[in-house]
Amino acid sequence: MDFLQITLDLLGGFGLTCLLFFLTLLFAIPLGLALSFCSMSKSVIVKKVSRIFIWIIRGIPLMLLICMIYYLPGLLGKPGSLNIFDAMDRYFTALAGSSTLLYYGSFCAVLIAFVINYSCYFSEIFRGGIESIPQGQYEAGQVLGLTQGQIFRRIVLKQVIKRIIPPMSNEIITLVKDTALANVIAIPEIIKRAKDMAATDALIWPLFYTAAFYLLFVGLVTILLGYAEKKLSYFKA
Amino acid sequence: MFLEVKNLTKSFEDTSVLKGINFTLEKGQVLSLIGSSGSGKTTLLRCINALETADGGTISVDGNKIFDAALLQNKRKNKLKNKLNFGFVFQSFNLFPQYTALENITLAPILHIKDECKRNKKSRAERDRMIAEAQETAKTLLAKVGLADKMDFYPCQLSGGQQQRVSIARALALNPDVLCFDEPTSALDPEITGEVLKIIKELAAEDMTMIIVTHEMNFARDVSDKIIFMDNGVIAEEGTPEKIFSASDNERLHSFLSSFYGA
Repeated sequence: MDFLQITLDLLGGFGLTCLLFFLTLLFAIPLGLALSFCSMSKSVIVKKVSRIFIWIIRGIPLMLLICMIYYLPGLLGKPGSLNIFDAMDRYFTALAGSSTLLYYGSFCAVLIAFVINYSCYFSEIFRGGIESIPQGQYEAGQVLGLTQGQIFRRIVLKQVIKRIIPPMSNEIITLVKDTALANVIAIPEIIKRAKDMAATDALIWPLFYTAAFYLLFVGLVTILLGYAEKKLSYFKA
Repeated sequence: MFLEVKNLTKSFEDTSVLKGINFTLEKGQVLSLIGSSGSGKTTLLRCINALETADGGTISVDGNKIFDAALLQNKRKNKLKNKLNFGFVFQSFNLFPQYTALENITLAPILHIKDECKRNKKSRAERDRMIAEAQETAKTLLAKVGLADKMDFYPCQLSGGQQQRVSIARALALNPDVLCFDEPTSALDPEITGEVLKIIKELAAEDMTMIIVTHEMNFARDVSDKIIFMDNGVIAEEGTPEKIFSASDNERLHSFLSSFYGA
């Protein structure tokens, strides 16, 4: 195994890492926003239930959550749900541009665990951002005859986005590295592949080499988020 | 009479803040609400503007009942039908920080135009014409408050007095019947309160109907047609500036005024 071959192999695994990263963001951001609205709901029941849900999910290690979602349906005697995982996985496999890898439902289970976990963290960031906007902004919209929806979309949202970029950056960077947890149910992402090399080829350096991939990716994410922050620096809120 | 407030009451938890407020205001008149902090004057203004929902009483503008507490069902917050009868200028300006001075003024009118055009299925050209018109109006208003050269500035680039002037223009852009001010100069340096008070005086000269909650006694005396002195949730004294400042025998009013003039 030469350097180039190992790099390419790891890169294939890193593609899976990126896929997990982007899909998690894609689903967890809207879900987190919905969850943050629930946790601020005027209905006591909705508020309590969503806050308990957030407490449970944030209180469970992500690695454990992955295992639970992957193994529990089978243990509960519902192998059918694994078939759904599997069917979705075939789709994701195609999406990743790889026709030979099949994960038998594990990728889908991991994705669900990540989306649930991160939407809870995101929802708390969103809630903090929304609640930090002064009441006067809402009132100003109200006396100008705007609807609640207009006030949120036209006045509050951009100020919230500006305020939550720093905490979101933290969480997004953590997400990049958390994807490594997917290897606990044998998803051939980059860490899993490097560990396999260590096991089968007695090569330990590829494992350390994976750090370069993460660093590069986190660097890219940092630049992008910094750009977004700069874009919104024209106003103070 | 133009504006009529009848028997307005409001409590927060167990504290009764307004205990039956009655007053009327003619078109083109300026009313000042004075009184110590906690006397209920800001709450009264907020009830009139539907920022708070009064527990009892009615509010009518030009003969139309725009608020009737008796019609409130299950204490649900009622949405005032004609809430745009009023314009409101906040103590802390509350400009939208992500919009320029001009955009702050045009935001609401343009959204209303878009809503209206969608409702009445007006053509795109018609809509664009109306929006252009709203933009022209906004520029005129900015010039009126002396900030024509600041239309592309963001609120953080403006001084407090300039921000407050933009917020006055923003309220005027919706062409309100009554313009309300909640301590418009309290968040400003004494040096620049003058520029805001000058604008309000100019509006008064143009016969704009206004209600002003203020601690600027000299200003209230100069600009008002009518002054209401509130104390502990009731109207303790009301009348012309002459009556309030020299001809009243109300003791609470005397001690309140003497705290301003050090008599």
